[in-house]
Amino acid sequence: MSDHHHKETFITKYVFNTDHKMISKQYLITGIFMGIIGVFMSMLFRLQIAWPDHSFGIIEAFLGNHQDGGVMSPDFYLALVTIHGTIMVFFVLTAGLSGTFSNLLIPLQIGARDMASGFLNMVSYWLFFLSSVIMVFSLFIEAGPASAGWTIYPPLSALPQAIPGSGLGMTLWLISMAIFIASSLLGALNYIVTVLNLRTVGMKMVRLPLTIWAFFVTAIIGVVSFPVLLSAALLLIFDRSFGTSFYLSDIFIQGEVLHYQGGSPVLFEHLFWFLGHPEVYIVILPAMGIVSEIIACNSRKPIFGYRAMIGSIIAIAFLSTIVWGHHMFVSGMNPFLGSVFTFTTLLIAIPSAVKAFNWITTLWKGNLQMNTAMLFSIGFVSTFITGGLTGLVLGDSALDINVHDTYFVVAHFHLVMGVSAIYGMFAGVYHWFPKMYGRMMNKTLGYWHFWITAVAAYGVFFPMHFVGLAGLPRRYYSNTAFPLFDDLADINVVITLFAILGGLAQIIFLANFFISIYKGKKATQNPWKANTLEWTTPIEHIHGNWPGELPVVHRWPYDYSKPGLPEDFVLQTTPLYDGEEES
Amino acid sequence: MTALLYILLAIVIAVAIWQITSIFNLKSTIATEKDNNTQGILFAAFGIFFYGLMIFSFWKYTVVLLPEAASIEGERIETLYIITMLLILFVQAITQFLLFFFAFKYRGIKGRKALFYADSSKLEAIWTIIPAITLSGLVLYGLFVWNDVMDASDADNPLIVELYAKQFQWEARYAGDDNELGRANVRNIKGINTMGVDMTDKNASDDIPVRELHLPKGRKVIFKFRSQDVLHSAYMPHFRAQMNCVPGMVTQFAFTPSLTTEEMRENKKTIAKVAGINKIRAEKGEDPYEFDYLLLCNKICGASHYNMQMKIIVEEEATFNSWLKNQKTLAEIIK
Repeated sequence: MSDHHHKETFITKYVFNTDHKMISKQYLITGIFMGIIGVFMSMLFRLQIAWPDHSFGIIEAFLGNHQDGGVMSPDFYLALVTIHGTIMVFFVLTAGLSGTFSNLLIPLQIGARDMASGFLNMVSYWLFFLSSVIMVFSLFIEAGPASAGWTIYPPLSALPQAIPGSGLGMTLWLISMAIFIASSLLGALNYIVTVLNLRTVGMKMVRLPLTIWAFFVTAIIGVVSFPVLLSAALLLIFDRSFGTSFYLSDIFIQGEVLHYQGGSPVLFEHLFWFLGHPEVYIVILPAMGIVSEIIACNSRKPIFGYRAMIGSIIAIAFLSTIVWGHHMFVSGMNPFLGSVFTFTTLLIAIPSAVKAFNWITTLWKGNLQMNTAMLFSIGFVSTFITGGLTGLVLGDSALDINVHDTYFVVAHFHLVMGVSAIYGMFAGVYHWFPKMYGRMMNKTLGYWHFWITAVAAYGVFFPMHFVGLAGLPRRYYSNTAFPLFDDLADINVVITLFAILGGLAQIIFLANFFISIYKGKKATQNPWKANTLEWTTPIEHIHGNWPGELPVVHRWPYDYSKPGLPEDFVLQTTPLYDGEEES
Repeated sequence: MTALLYILLAIVIAVAIWQITSIFNLKSTIATEKDNNTQGILFAAFGIFFYGLMIFSFWKYTVVLLPEAASIEGERIETLYIITMLLILFVQAITQFLLFFFAFKYRGIKGRKALFYADSSKLEAIWTIIPAITLSGLVLYGLFVWNDVMDASDADNPLIVELYAKQFQWEARYAGDDNELGRANVRNIKGINTMGVDMTDKNASDDIPVRELHLPKGRKVIFKFRSQDVLHSAYMPHFRAQMNCVPGMVTQFAFTPSLTTEEMRENKKTIAKVAGINKIRAEKGEDPYEFDYLLLCNKICGASHYNMQMKIIVEEEATFNSWLKNQKTLAEIIK
């Protein structure tokens, strides 16, 4: 990184840097920082759920005036779950995951010198940084941050009289998210243009690694759906600040009737979920791409059903934009719409099932190299299946009635898009760390990190289904107000213990990550013996990625263990051997 | 329990510190054959842990689940739920087994070459078509139940009840003798007219406001929901019923109670659950709990969201009618 011809100052290297590899690292570090905050919050509110009356020194130390003698206030509990959700979904799993790996891998795996627009890419990162700063800053204002849930349904999010967090905290949330959306649109447009235009010679669309397919399609979903959230947020800003009534009508609060007339919160729900549901695929598709790549490489086998995998990515992306109503079965919308959304929602299970079976078949008769990235990828398939299957309950309107907004939902989405996507992100970090930093991460620590996390994740979210099926609503500050739920106290303690275990296990990752940046073993050019183009670049980062000509691609990326070839891998740049047929 | 937590924390931190020192073993980066072996076996062990966790959870936690549905519509939902759940568990058991078994069985060995097996249209077709057929069945059955449950037509002389939500309280209003609710709007809220009923409407005077909901067994009840401030959700888990309360509009949901409160108290599952609850309450020195149906708020609505409840009592129709007769109408309350 240091042997450059021109001299780099701190400013050119870290601030005005348009190199996609640096921007990718910036996304990752920012995402990790936000992740630490998000996970720490979850540990705090899990303490409250497990021991609602107990006084904790740690809460007294961290929450200032939002606690009373070591017991957090109900308002701040809601603020914590709100900001935890926001940070994890948008800042960690959208920007941190997709931002990091789209930026790193798109140019490297398609054989491009950089993104189509390095400048826009840089702007995209700094907007993300700015929105992160605003979101974190909102934690420190006196009335507390936004606390109407990460879905910020009005009127709760519109009226400071209803909850203190809907004052300045909510304003900052909306500003932060508006900037975030701008950032993510700039990024997504760049990814789309780059993939379409800058592929090197021979890199046909059907020779792209599945990572690139996933990032590409993710970017398209982002461009289609994020603007709708922006408009929803703008209308909410209008209602809050300029007296319009897009979402509000007939409200009586704290002894007075407000002037709002004619709007409907259901409109907001439609607009929100038109992004909100595609958003979960924006989160999970990149993880699926990463996992497909890593499973193939570490099984030393071609990914099974390459074209079916592409087809299912596209099918999932298409369906993801017409299923948002399954979040609204009991919102009061016409029951007929419920039928339509049940139908489209359950259709998604088909491409998802195809993907799961294909991953499992890829393992079959492989020669599995148990690198840390591989462990997380297998873990991903497991949590994705467990979480995905309960989607059959939630996506079915009749069944959703009883479990809607209970802990069953919390368990479902944490497994299918929370834990799974985080596994995908970890897998990606372990696998491409040598590409990012030119050094290797330690595998023993990686193994400990995976196994503790894997046990803790199931320990948290498997029993949680039962809490939901017992009828306990989510976002309850405490369930002591209902003797009916007294028998859930034990399960909640178990869940919290596993949550703390899982949270602390991430310290192992952080130590491994940051120490390896400086002290890790120097990487070789292609440590995992992979086929894709990024492993043909020099270990030291150079501007433009390849020193001479751009590489020329002669084959698809999954020729692992192909019979008749000298080795169990063959780079995409290797021409076909005599008598070899293209797979 | 907290002591256990601190012990656990101490152990984890100790292990973490001990392991972090191994970072300085810089050579340990790429999986060797020995690692493949160990990790493969660990996956097998994890598979056993995973099935163990599932079985343990079902064995230990089934008692906390809701007892059978207390409404006719809820019973239909319950049947669909059980079929779906069996399907889920079946697929889960097979796929997770294959995943962990393959991870164990095919752990890397030096010199072995993986099978080059890139595609099979036959297999792809199988696992597209089988899920498609299964899901078609589920969708059709699901829609059938959904249409049934969401049917709020007033064919068989249903009882009309309004549920009214506000931070952080429920109120209810029966439609009275004419079985029609009087018009209402938040702009009419004044003094004891807390639900904003328009008293100039001729349907309003016989309406009956209450703070405890009574329902007749065997008669269909159509609920009309309103909210005066933010979104709330009327959740009645025992009846498998839920609908959001939306400011500015009236939403509705209907069900037919099929078990009285007394009958539910004698239900085997309820007895087991209540026994479990009372054991815990006795340990804490609290009064024993007796089962009652409940209405909860299930949409985040503010600081006391967690404590927004109303008791529901289901009784035989005759008892219900005489109870209702003894309640004051709006005309009697608001002069």
